[in-house]
Amino acid sequence: MSAPLLDVKNLSVAFDVSKPWLNRMIERQDKLFLKAVDNVSFSINKGETFALVGESGSGKSTIARLIVGLLGPSSGDVLFEGKSLSAGLEGAEARRLRRRFQMIFQDPFASLNPRWHVGDIIAEPLRVFRTETGAKRRERVAELLSLVGLSPEDAARFPHQFSGGQRQRVAIARALAANPDFIVCDEPTSALDVSVQAQILNLMKDLQRQLGLTYLFISHDLSVVRHMADRIGVLYLGRLAEVADAKTLFTARQHPYTRMLLDAVPDLEMTGRTRKPVEGEIPSPLDPPSGCAFNPRCPLANARCRTERPELREYGPTWAACHAVEEGRDKTV
Amino acid sequence: MASPAPTHSEPTSLLARVLDSDVFYSYRKSPVTVVASIVLAGLILAAVLAPLIAPYNPFDPSSLNLMDGYTAPLSDSMMGNYFVLGTDHQGRDVLSTILYGSRVSLFVGISATLFAMVLGVTLGLFAGYRGKTTDAIIMRIADIQLTFPAILIALLIFGFARGIIPPAQQESAAVWVLIFAIGLSNWAQFARTVRGATMVERQKEYVAAARIMGVHPVMILVKHILPNVTGPVLVIATIGLALAIIEEATLSFLGVGVPPTQPSLGTLIRIGQQFLFSGEWWILFFPAVTLVLLALSVNLLGDWLRDALNPRLRQ
Repeated sequence: MSAPLLDVKNLSVAFDVSKPWLNRMIERQDKLFLKAVDNVSFSINKGETFALVGESGSGKSTIARLIVGLLGPSSGDVLFEGKSLSAGLEGAEARRLRRRFQMIFQDPFASLNPRWHVGDIIAEPLRVFRTETGAKRRERVAELLSLVGLSPEDAARFPHQFSGGQRQRVAIARALAANPDFIVCDEPTSALDVSVQAQILNLMKDLQRQLGLTYLFISHDLSVVRHMADRIGVLYLGRLAEVADAKTLFTARQHPYTRMLLDAVPDLEMTGRTRKPVEGEIPSPLDPPSGCAFNPRCPLANARCRTERPELREYGPTWAACHAVEEGRDKTV
Repeated sequence: MASPAPTHSEPTSLLARVLDSDVFYSYRKSPVTVVASIVLAGLILAAVLAPLIAPYNPFDPSSLNLMDGYTAPLSDSMMGNYFVLGTDHQGRDVLSTILYGSRVSLFVGISATLFAMVLGVTLGLFAGYRGKTTDAIIMRIADIQLTFPAILIALLIFGFARGIIPPAQQESAAVWVLIFAIGLSNWAQFARTVRGATMVERQKEYVAAARIMGVHPVMILVKHILPNVTGPVLVIATIGLALAIIEEATLSFLGVGVPPTQPSLGTLIRIGQQFLFSGEWWILFFPAVTLVLLALSVNLLGDWLRDALNPRLRQ
């Protein structure tokens, strides 16, 4: 295995969700922090797709925003080819690094400026990074439009003249414009119809093969993740519960939370497996449970789980953060 | 796996697109708006062309004859000159003074609104995008200013300017001071609206995409956010124009506006009201009607624009 392209090290972020100063003084409350991401570490190798899955509120999108620099971490670091991104990007170095990563957003109706022509939207990275100018830029836009399965004439249209799937193609073309290596995909298909989802996912896979892209793929949809990912990280309440190869995760899952998620997936292969609904809800990140964050919903929880926080450890092919797995209690269920 | 390209309308000429647009359709369907826009266009045209179409030059003392004074509308004066709208006490043709007066009123009104718009939009964009302390400072200033009537603020600024500018230049600077004062008293509306719209747009993912690329915040504001907040600005600007014209008239009516050598509609109304009870009603009536027509037509246009650009009524 080569050196990782992206290395996330002990990343944490807390948001200040306190009431205004005056209210705090009158109501005698302390400052309130929401720990959205708590000590998360993973690395992504060149050319692979790393997926982050979790329920809503588990911190998936926050991690995406931390990696691309829309948010600053409270602690920890993001290394891109060994260079720290969170230390603050300045000048030419910043321009060079920013060119190499891009993001595809969830909502193709909000991620394209409604007042811009599609051609200008796709050309924006070219203009910002000053890679191509004039006629060459128009050529490149036409080339990108063809690459994502649209027609070069579409450059003169506005985003509202396209369907959701076509807009997401435009968003992909923009992300690819400056030849990045690494693309963060924040639920790129969850706003689309199921039939269109498959088209977009296949397009992304084709482009990955053609251009040697590396994806961080964020989703709550396990069937999408199964289709896309090489490796998967399962997030729960801002912490990583389990990290494993996609195949391993779907066959030899370790963490009880992963099991719960996978057992809830409808059984399309008709193996006769009974489908268990997901029980309970994700707790408030304002007041996380002590010990293991999953303990109130966990069928295997014991006293240790309620007090001591489990660390991510290697168990055969997977990494899991679970006392039950460590103690072998999970085998009895 | 190529998806079918959208097949509807190809880009055509600007005029064809305007005539085909929803906004033009709603314009055509509203007779009040059509009339208001024709009245406004007529008034603006008459004001711009005043030196060409005015029958007399009311500000050329050599052409004035006191013997023409107090001539009633549609009649000959004692000197045998014909006046459509009559004359005032100095023998000035009321029609000509109105033409020149609406020129001043429109110039001050439009300039003041433009000034208020540029100032308000800039501060609103900045406050909405930066948030936190910047936002708090700018918006608290706007809040404080909005608790005072605009006319009071304009009077205050006007008074300050009087104190600062040397007396010799006061006459020539008066119009610019007036524009500054009216503009400064009206920026808060623009700032509030634009700030709100900016805070919504800032959260959108196309702004995030630009930020990831490292686009400079000023460029994000100007090229991404500004085009998406101009709809409401246009509406406020139109309604603000009517307010600015009335504000200018009020200040001139109070005698603190434009100098007597460049009377605006407000000045004419001030002069005219002295003769209202002695029977020479036309000296007040015609400038007042012109002011009402001007403000009303601008306001009606603004109302229509607000409805036509309302996103809930579109699509």
